[in-house]
Amino acid sequence: MLDLDRATVQFHSPGGPAVRAVDGVSLHVPAGQFVVVIGTNGSGKSTLQGAIAGTVRLSSGRIAVAGHDITNWSQHARAGLVGRVFQDPRAGTAGSLSVLENLAVAACRGRFPGLGWATSRRLRDEAAARLGRIVPGLESRLDQPIGSMSGGQRQIVTLLMATWHRPELLLLDEHTAALDPAAADRVVRATAELIRAGRLTALMVTHSLAQAASLGDRLILVHRGRIELDVEGAAKRRLTADDLADRFDALRRTDQLDDAAARTLADLYI
Amino acid sequence: MITLLATWTFGLALALVALGVFVSYRLFSFPDITTDGSFTLGAVVTAGLIVAGHDPAVAMMAGMAAGAAAGVTTAVVHAFLGVEPLLAGILVSTALASVNLVALGRSNVPLGKATTLFNQVDRVLGPAVERFGVEPTVAGELGRAVFVLLVAAMAAALLYAFFRTRLGTAMRAGGDTPTMARALGRDTGLLTVGGLAISNALTAAAGGLVAQYQGFADVQMGIGMVVWGMASVFLGNALVGSAGLGTALMAAAAGSVTFRLLVATALRAGLDPDWLKAATAAVVLAALVAPRMFGSQRGKT
Repeated sequence: MLDLDRATVQFHSPGGPAVRAVDGVSLHVPAGQFVVVIGTNGSGKSTLQGAIAGTVRLSSGRIAVAGHDITNWSQHARAGLVGRVFQDPRAGTAGSLSVLENLAVAACRGRFPGLGWATSRRLRDEAAARLGRIVPGLESRLDQPIGSMSGGQRQIVTLLMATWHRPELLLLDEHTAALDPAAADRVVRATAELIRAGRLTALMVTHSLAQAASLGDRLILVHRGRIELDVEGAAKRRLTADDLADRFDALRRTDQLDDAAARTLADLYI
Repeated sequence: MITLLATWTFGLALALVALGVFVSYRLFSFPDITTDGSFTLGAVVTAGLIVAGHDPAVAMMAGMAAGAAAGVTTAVVHAFLGVEPLLAGILVSTALASVNLVALGRSNVPLGKATTLFNQVDRVLGPAVERFGVEPTVAGELGRAVFVLLVAAMAAALLYAFFRTRLGTAMRAGGDTPTMARALGRDTGLLTVGGLAISNALTAAAGGLVAQYQGFADVQMGIGMVVWGMASVFLGNALVGSAGLGTALMAAAAGSVTFRLLVATALRAGLDPDWLKAATAAVVLAALVAPRMFGSQRGKT
C-alpha cells in the first residue's frame, strides 16, 4: 500500500553542512496495517511523514501509495489517496466554517466540488449519523462554527473529515500532542476505532510511548533519519512503554558517546 | 432630497467595491491593492465601449471581465510566482495605471450624449416612480437609487448563493485554512485565482457604474478604493456584525452606504474635500487598531 524506496530528504543550511533528515529509508506497509512511528526530537519522523504528505520534497528515492508513484505529485493531488490529521487542530479545520461545511469540503476530497449546494439534506443526515457514532451529542452542533469547539472535538471532526471517503493511507501527525490528557485519550480511542472499523492503512507519528506501546500492528523507531527499530506481530504486542523508554535512553547514550568522540577528535586534529 | 439620494446611489454603487474587498480581504485574507486599478479599469473599459456605441450592459460585462483578468493576474503573481500579496497587488495596480491611460487615450473621457444604463433606467423606472406622485426631478434620481439598490442586492445574493455551493465553500475553506484545503485536495493557488477574479470583477462593475453615474471616466478615480472597501467592511461589521455569511455580506454593503453618508455629512459640515482620503485612511486605521486597544477581537467571517 505504502512503499518507500531509499527515500532521502536533505536540508542545506547556509554555510553549514547538508543534513539528512531522512536518510535512505525503505519501507513497505501492506494494506490494512496500522503503523506507529516514534523517534527522538529531530529524528526525522515528522519529515518522513511530510515527505509522504507532499509538504517536503524528496532529494532522492521514490514514494508510492496504492501503486501510484506519487514522488512528484503536489500536496493537493496526493490528497486523493492520502487523508491527513495535523498536530494543530486549527490546521485541519476551517474555523470560520460550520462543522457541516467543513465536512462538506471533506466530502469532495480528491474530486471536483462542482456547483451543487454544499450542505445538502443528505450530507446533513449522514454527517449527524457518523459524528454521533463517534461522539454522541456532537451531531447536534453541526451548524456551529468549528472555531467555537474544543481542540479535542476539532481533532475528532478532522479525523472524520480525513476518513469521510476511505483514504488509501491515513497520516496522523502527533495529532494528540496539542490536547489535554483527557481529550487526547478520547481522540486516541476514536482514532483506533475508525482505523479498525474501516480497516485503514495508517501511519501515526506520536511522542507518547504509552500510545506507541498500546496502539498499532507495527512499531517503527526513527533515529537520525533512519529506521532504528521495526517490530510487528507478537514482538510488537510484547513491547511495553518501559522497553521503549530504555531503548530511547540507549540511543541517547550512544549519541552522547558519539558527540564526545567527535569533540575529542576535533580537539586533537583541528 | 436629491443630494441625499445621490449620496445613497453613490454609496450603493461603491457597495460593490465593499463586497469585492469582503471577498479578497475577509474570505482570503488578501489585502488586494489591485482594487484601485481594477476600479479604474472597469470605468475605462465600460466608458470606452459606451462612447464607441456599444450597449451599456455589454460594456459593463466587458469591464467586469477586464477587472476579473486583473484579479487573476495578481493571484497568479502571488500564488504561482511566490510574490507577497501586497507587492503582487502593487505591481499589477501600477501596471494597470499605464493600461488605463493607454486604453482611455487621455486622462479623462466624458460620456457626453452616449446612452448609459442610467439613461435607460430614467426611461423605465423614472415614469414608474412618477406615478406614485413623486415630482419629476426627484423621480429620476429615485429611480436611479432603486436601480443601484437592485444591482447591489443582486450582487450580494449571487455571492451568498455561490459561497454556499460546494465550490464556494471550498474557496472559503481555502481562504480560511490553506493547510486544510490542500489536505483535502484543493489547489489553494487556483482558489485564490478564483477569489480575486470575483473580487475584482465586482470592483470593476462598481467603476463602470460610477463612470456612467457621474458621466465620465477618469484615470485617477480608483485611487484609495481598497481603503474605501476596507472602511466599509469594518464599519458594516461594527454596525451589523458578522455572524454568518449572509449577515457579513449585508454588513459590507450597508457599511458602504453608511460610510458614504458619513462622508457627505462631514463634507457638509465643512471638511475640506482634499482631506477626504486621509480621513478615510484614518477611519480604517482606527478600525484596525481599536479591537486590539479594547481587547475584544472579533472572529473572522
